[in-house]
Amino acid sequence: MKTALCALLLAAGLPLSARADRLPLPADAPPAYAAECGSCHLAFPPALLAAADWRRVMAGLDRHYGDNAALDADTARVIGDFLARHGGNADRYANAGTPPRLTATAWFQRKHRKVPSPLWQDARVRSAANCSACHPQAEQGRYGERDIALPELRHRREH
Amino acid sequence: MKHPLALLALLAATAAGAETPRGLLDTYAAEAASRTPGFQASARRGADFFGRRFGVSEKMPACVSCHTEDPAQAGRHAITGKDIKPLAPRANPARFTDAAKAEKWFGRNCGEVVGRPCSAAEKADLLRFLAEGA
Repeated sequence: MKTALCALLLAAGLPLSARADRLPLPADAPPAYAAECGSCHLAFPPALLAAADWRRVMAGLDRHYGDNAALDADTARVIGDFLARHGGNADRYANAGTPPRLTATAWFQRKHRKVPSPLWQDARVRSAANCSACHPQAEQGRYGERDIALPELRHRREH
Repeated sequence: MKHPLALLALLAATAAGAETPRGLLDTYAAEAASRTPGFQASARRGADFFGRRFGVSEKMPACVSCHTEDPAQAGRHAITGKDIKPLAPRANPARFTDAAKAEKWFGRNCGEVVGRPCSAAEKADLLRFLAEGA
């Protein structure tokens, strides 16, 4: 399956950056996205949640995972349009839950299935939304396994 | 909007585009003085405010929940774990150089942590503490 997918990607002539461990922000990201969403957490790659789920997130910014992240209407529209343009495949990123969490999707869970559960509560991590704790180059869109910061996880990979 | 002069000063500063922590402090202090004649910003009161446990938000009961006891040190978001650059201008010169940004964060964080908007006097006291230390 993986081989077939790789072959398909090669056939389509997709650049390396299209691989799942490279998730740079789309070039048309409005400055408000990093400024507003990227202050309290990583400016998440919009492809990690389906467009319909992003719409639900944007509809509830005044109760945003325990914080008030309300925006003025113009800023909310610019960011909402951007997220809707780049939202991911609804099947691949299914089961985001209510409120939608990109860390709950089928894709995220599969990708992180080898992470021991206590590690999510580790003081260095604190939250599954803290991508940079394990992926130090997440802000540059790099999520490759070779870059993982926590030694326990590197060890786990090798065995 | 009760104090058009202070608001005008803030807007003029915004239009100039290069505010300073001192300029913002003066603007807030002037607004506070218009309500309480003789008001002087106090680093001591600012430090008390910064360290106070408001307890409105369970995960963010105080400013120090994210910004740590020492605002010249880097902090960490209490919910997401994201690093937060030092809040004190003496440690991070980029802080309080944009009036609109300062107002946005006072609006969000005062509502979340204090449970109400912060007064101009509280903002002036806090800025004096952040600029000079206690």
